Amino acid sequence: MQNLIHHLRDAPVSAWIGMIIVAFYAIIALFAPLLAPYAENVSIGAQYQPWTAPHFLGTDALGRDVLSRLIYGARNTVGIALLTTALAFTLGATFGLLAATLGGWFDTIASRMVDVLMAIPPLIFALLILTITGTSVAALILVIAVLDSTRVFRLSRAVAQGILTMDYIEVARMRGEGMFWLIRKEVLPNAAAPLIAEFGLRFCFVFLFISALSFLGLGIQPPTADWGGMVRESAKLISFANFSTWQTATFGLAPLLPAGAIALMTIGVNLIVDWVLHMSSGLKE
Amino acid sequence: MSDVLLDMKNVAIEGWSDRRWKPIIKGVDLTLKRGEILGLIGESGAGKSTLGLAAMGYTKGGCRISGGSINFDGQDLTRASNEALRQLRGKRIAYVAQSAAAAFNPAFKLIDQYCEAPVQHGVMSKTDAQKDAVELYRKIRLPNPDTIGFRYPHQVSGGQLQRAMTAMAMACRPDLIIFDEPTTALDVTTQIEVLAAVRDIVREYNTAAIYITHDLAVVAQMADHIKVLLRGEEVEQAPAREMLANPQEDYTKSLWAVREFRRAPPVAREGGEETLLDITNVSASYGAQKVLDDVSLKIRRGSTVAVVGESGSGKSTLARVIMGLLPPTEGEILHDGTPLPKLGTKRSRGLQRHLQMIHQMADTALNPKQRIKDVIGRPLEFFLGLKGAAKEARIRELLTLIELDPDEFMHRLPSELSGGQKQRVCIARALAAEPSFIICDEVTSALDQLVAEGILRLLDRLQRELDLTYLFITHDLATVRSIADDVVVMQNGVIVEQGPKDDIFSPPHAPYTELLLSSVPEMDPDWLTNILKNRREKPLQ
Amino acid sequence: MNPILTIVTKRLLIGLLTLWIVTVIIFAAVELLPGDIATEMLGQAANEETVAAFRERFNLNGTVFERYVSWLAGAATGDFGVSLANQRPISEFVGQRTANTFFLAAYAAAISVPIAVVAGMMGALYNGSVFDRMLSSSTLAAISFPEFFIAYILILVFSVSFGWFPSLANVDVDAGLGERLYKTFLPAMTLTLIVLAYMMRMTRAAILNLLALPYIEMAHLKGIKRWRVIAVHALPNALAPIINVIALNLAYLIVGVVLVEVVFVYPGLGQVLVDAVSNRDVTVVQAACLIFAATYILLNLLADILSIIANPRLLHPR
Repeated sequence: MQNLIHHLRDAPVSAWIGMIIVAFYAIIALFAPLLAPYAENVSIGAQYQPWTAPHFLGTDALGRDVLSRLIYGARNTVGIALLTTALAFTLGATFGLLAATLGGWFDTIASRMVDVLMAIPPLIFALLILTITGTSVAALILVIAVLDSTRVFRLSRAVAQGILTMDYIEVARMRGEGMFWLIRKEVLPNAAAPLIAEFGLRFCFVFLFISALSFLGLGIQPPTADWGGMVRESAKLISFANFSTWQTATFGLAPLLPAGAIALMTIGVNLIVDWVLHMSSGLKE
Repeated sequence: MSDVLLDMKNVAIEGWSDRRWKPIIKGVDLTLKRGEILGLIGESGAGKSTLGLAAMGYTKGGCRISGGSINFDGQDLTRASNEALRQLRGKRIAYVAQSAAAAFNPAFKLIDQYCEAPVQHGVMSKTDAQKDAVELYRKIRLPNPDTIGFRYPHQVSGGQLQRAMTAMAMACRPDLIIFDEPTTALDVTTQIEVLAAVRDIVREYNTAAIYITHDLAVVAQMADHIKVLLRGEEVEQAPAREMLANPQEDYTKSLWAVREFRRAPPVAREGGEETLLDITNVSASYGAQKVLDDVSLKIRRGSTVAVVGESGSGKSTLARVIMGLLPPTEGEILHDGTPLPKLGTKRSRGLQRHLQMIHQMADTALNPKQRIKDVIGRPLEFFLGLKGAAKEARIRELLTLIELDPDEFMHRLPSELSGGQKQRVCIARALAAEPSFIICDEVTSALDQLVAEGILRLLDRLQRELDLTYLFITHDLATVRSIADDVVVMQNGVIVEQGPKDDIFSPPHAPYTELLLSSVPEMDPDWLTNILKNRREKPLQ
Repeated sequence: MNPILTIVTKRLLIGLLTLWIVTVIIFAAVELLPGDIATEMLGQAANEETVAAFRERFNLNGTVFERYVSWLAGAATGDFGVSLANQRPISEFVGQRTANTFFLAAYAAAISVPIAVVAGMMGALYNGSVFDRMLSSSTLAAISFPEFFIAYILILVFSVSFGWFPSLANVDVDAGLGERLYKTFLPAMTLTLIVLAYMMRMTRAAILNLLALPYIEMAHLKGIKRWRVIAVHALPNALAPIINVIALNLAYLIVGVVLVEVVFVYPGLGQVLVDAVSNRDVTVVQAACLIFAATYILLNLLADILSIIANPRLLHPR
């Protein structure tokens, strides 16, 4: 704990920016119903209203308040991405650590399976499976989690293998320690930093991936507010952007709002990841 | 032309770490005349490589020369332009690195790398340089000098590569060569050839040299003068023979004294000799490659058996077989008369407790995330079932036993310890299991000599107090002389010779033992000359 | 046998094996579809006769094994069967679309590869300079931005504000090269920006790793000129990692194309795939997935083999 505070005090500006961005999104996602001025899915007026009070970011094609939808979108998109990443991580890290520690046939079979899964581009694979399962949120989470866990598997296996070559592991093995003790006490504490960084990277990937699928109309389905889907819904407006008046300009910028929200979130996480990676590489010395 | 080639005055060098500049060299003077060889010695962290590189006006990334002057043949290198420095390097000052395998570009043939400096500096044409290379390869006694240059670095052995690099440094006939621990990574029998080659060629061309090493006996053979460094400062400097015969400073004396340690002869045991470990006809292999071939030896209770050999001799494999990390393909091991299960996982907890091992690299043998009390506490808990206050009391006892203050060290992480302290903690961890037998796998070879001696004395004391049996695995014959009762000499997975220490160290020897023993440098400055003369008169088989 | 041949052959076999397993997965995926395709597709019109005719037409008769073999044999000769949705032979419309996709990817690669390699090398050589820092922060942005965000910004700037390039890349079959290049400029730029950052970052890292090696320091200590150290000592050894970076990113381009095609309404294979997934037109999904996956696998295979060949230790065995 003291360590953490110590590290935080030494964190560079970029990491602080990242933390502020992520905290901002977290608050919005957690308190969406309190923060949003209107409901997620109710038409509250004329369509395509300009950016003026009471609809500070206008209304969409169905006359829904864009600001409220953006706020609920944070909850939906980030929430689903987080859940997927957590699932992918549990799956990938468990199998990765087991494969590295157990070795032998378990490692061979798991690694070969992952090789094959990774030989197919993830977007293509996801589209193939979503064709069969249909585009429900549960299917989405499961499919992406499984596909993404292959990357986590690779990394955690490599990290664990690096640690397992250390003499202190040999000492523990000679003592006759069990496998779970080895993983819990000897491997995990040393694998924590790279795994945390990887979690951040995987989250970004999953987040962009879900947004991309939603943008293609194959991810989170309307009327649920979701940033990728919002870009899709308002995409055509961009050709009508016209900077002669405030109203026409804001009209055209509609698709950039949710897209920008996605971009900012990813930047925030990446900034933190860079810092964690930097720290963990520095600690190795 | 001035007699002085290199004159470094009050040189200070800093390195960037933890967000600030920290001193590495704290104002050192160094003067070198033409054709003179200066030996630069010191322990790790003394800054000897940094100082050596500074003689070329070069610092490693993250370091800077922060003060003083470096005058090379009338030119101040601290103020010279990059272009001026570049023209000196390779042409008038050359460098020989510790690891030749890493310092040669893997993509080019040796001779092309040889020719690069002379051609680029406009000293010779490529054809002349190639002829010259063959000539130097011959002088430096590389096998097949006409063709060896047309090989790639990975196709040549380590000792040959190191000599090829010396030849390459000589290519422009520089005034000064910096040798940065050129033989540290080599086995002793290989080292002697490289030392001879380096010395001959440097003398033949009357090249001045700075020879950096941590090995006193090596520096005794090579240098006219010796400078001792400690933590970035000069301790003393004197002509080599004078320094060897009569060191002035306490630190230097302590360095010299290290090689004198001899343990007291063991007291004869009551009730006669008792065999603790009986290894009979053991063979083992990694995949298809056989690394141990029909090895048999007996280890008496309370004795120290040293297994000596060079890299690839199979001595570490023997340790792994005894510990049950690598099952032998043939043969068996009896412990107290009962056969040991081949795999460690098949051994009972009591048996595992009795056999402990201490590794070479204390750095990697300690989990960086575990505090010292957890490192030592775990075997107490695991083998002896100690908990709570009893466990803590025992941890304190063990720390006191290895001469570390419990209050100060219990809560530290390994990263907060020095190399020697880490190795002591590893010893305490082994002792925590209350073993009867400990394998020490090169436990001192990663340590500086003074620290290593401390560890040897500690191990010796513990053996007498706790009635321990040691198997010492080492490549260092000085260590063997210090602590062994019995010696086993190994080569290519086979035991060449074994017996009581005094028998092994006195003639007649097996041919390989003879080669091994005679190749270990001694403090006598004439040793290399004499040994080469002897070998020429009486060639070994 | 030369060890390099052994390794390349081995890698080649593994690549082909992977490709085969992937065809099995793609085929099996459709087999896993719940319900009977024929009955489902025909809906109200399903009766014994129509179902039998449907099964005949869509290769649904016979054992799984027989169907797999005939599907694979067809795919290998460019015959992917018939679309469930519009009943047309898939090869009729997939061929031109695939060519379009490859054209776009090649266009983007032709712009991005030279820029990435040069900029990545500059970043490594001037490590820590203003240029390098700009490079690092711009790569961070590009890695963080979703593809469509970049696409819409480009549209906003180059199409809507300045009117230089069209925002729709609706090229005809008979469009000339010049027109194609013009109309597909924005999608190509989008793809370029996406892969450029990765490629620069990876090239930079590869070169930086290399520059830290002892033999590079040795070359400096031999007094070799800086440009020569880089051109002669670093580059030949950097070749393998750089080739790897390029091939990996080309593989990524082929896939990244899907989103970009949708944004710019470009008649490529990605569009076909996305439409087919929405319509659950499984035979078309199969065909498109197979083409994408095969290209991806083959490019990765090529990358591996090239970097094996570029390794001097393997090239000149003991």
